[in-house]
Amino acid sequence: MSEQSNLDRQDGGVRAKSERQLRREGIRRSHARRSTSIATASTVVFIVLIVWLLTSSPGWPRVKETFFNGEQFVAALPDVLSGFLLNIKIFLIAEPLILIVGLLVALARGIKTPAFFPIRALATLYTDIFRGVPTILVIYLIGFGLPALRLQGIPSDLATLGIIALTLSYGAYVAEVFRSGIESIHPSQVAAARSLGLSHGKTMRFVVLPQATRRVVPPLLNDFVSLQKDTALVATIGPLETLRQAQIHAASTFNYTPYLASALLFILLTIPMARLTDHLAARTRRRRGA
Amino acid sequence: MSVLTIDGVWKEFHGHSVLRGIDLEVNPHEVVSLIGASGSGKSTLLRCVNLLETVDDGAIFLDGEEITDPRVNVDHVRRRLGIVFQAFNLFPHMTVLDNITLAPRQVHGVGRAAAEEQAHGLLARFGLADKARAYPDQLSGGQQQRVAIIRALATQPRLMLLDEVTSALDPELVVEVLGIIRELKESGMTMILTTHEMGFCRDISDTVCFLDGGVLVEKGPAEQIFTAPEHPRTREFLRSVLESGRF
Repeated sequence: MSEQSNLDRQDGGVRAKSERQLRREGIRRSHARRSTSIATASTVVFIVLIVWLLTSSPGWPRVKETFFNGEQFVAALPDVLSGFLLNIKIFLIAEPLILIVGLLVALARGIKTPAFFPIRALATLYTDIFRGVPTILVIYLIGFGLPALRLQGIPSDLATLGIIALTLSYGAYVAEVFRSGIESIHPSQVAAARSLGLSHGKTMRFVVLPQATRRVVPPLLNDFVSLQKDTALVATIGPLETLRQAQIHAASTFNYTPYLASALLFILLTIPMARLTDHLAARTRRRRGA
Repeated sequence: MSVLTIDGVWKEFHGHSVLRGIDLEVNPHEVVSLIGASGSGKSTLLRCVNLLETVDDGAIFLDGEEITDPRVNVDHVRRRLGIVFQAFNLFPHMTVLDNITLAPRQVHGVGRAAAEEQAHGLLARFGLADKARAYPDQLSGGQQQRVAIIRALATQPRLMLLDEVTSALDPELVVEVLGIIRELKESGMTMILTTHEMGFCRDISDTVCFLDGGVLVEKGPAEQIFTAPEHPRTREFLRSVLESGRF
């Protein structure tokens, strides 16, 4: 009999849990139940408190009328939504352009060949300038400055100019993200690749970049969440995107509910992206721990 | 003619001399071991031969060509050398097969099919036939180091440099790596290795060099170095190794 139970233990298979283990698991379950009920109760109290604070404030009726007007919301939503499609379009075009610019600039900053020194210097200058200038100023300068040059082939479409400005501004940030990813790859990986006879370029392409890009996905997504919001800054030069549409509605009715509608749309877009970022970051952590 | 000639090589780090005029000659099919305490300069010497470090004086010749000449294309030199590191340094994002075929395909212009066939052959020869599609983190330390050796072998180097290849391994995994090195010797590969495994070193080496403080103190046939060392510092080192139970 005892021989049999020893065998079972070795298999890790059918083993009856001991009294002690069953008691232990019972205690753990009751702890878990208690944690859940405490979390639920405190959340309810918190929400009630916030709602009460808002609605009991002296200006609440006014705020409610100006920001939470159902009629205005319904009236503005079609325009705000169609404007939002332009935001999505700007975002979808700008994003791949930013990735390309960022990667090229990051690579250019790592070039050591003397003949390419001007390219390296230019890349450094670019990141210094566009990380320093606020995005809204870049949008103004590109939006009003570029067409003023009256050069052949310069686009005059406002959304296109906005995309160019966002690409220039975010390209500098993304270049720095790529660069930090490249620098995070341990020198022994480069030594191993070079010792096999791979050139600097091939070492980058086959060994460093594939590992670096995997590492920078979470910070890159973070930048893109922020890019989604910043497409609204393009409103300042005039294309009919969502914020501009909301402004138009608000200006004709003196009611700010359209802004709220616009904000809601942004939240609906960024929340999935933020959750994806968290998920990927957690996965990277798990992998490193393993 | 010798495969490798090291002629009066000096190497300094931040004003501190790590190698102080090393002379060494390695003949075809010869296995040369470098022994000595940590910091004696063994690994630095291997990194100088591979041009991962630049020498501060002296010269190194590979098949009679000076490779320490600044005009030499380092990539061309490294094509003829294989180096294996203490920490394996496999590429974690590639399968075993891709790790092995990367250099043949990208550096030596071998086609994919031919490179993979050769890789499968090497994997089978060293008992890793079933690991071709595995990633490095799915392998034990001993298996990873064997893959690293195969990766270096796949470019058919003129000379293999093995830098403390068993130091990062659990004792029971050391044997499988030493087995590969023995087999390489039997196949006639010219090798320079640094090691702390004295029994193995005595067994496999044609020539043993004892380094101390960046100086090549004593050099000779393995039997002589281990049974009748001439220099007092060599005797002292071997006694301390014996006392630590690593012989």
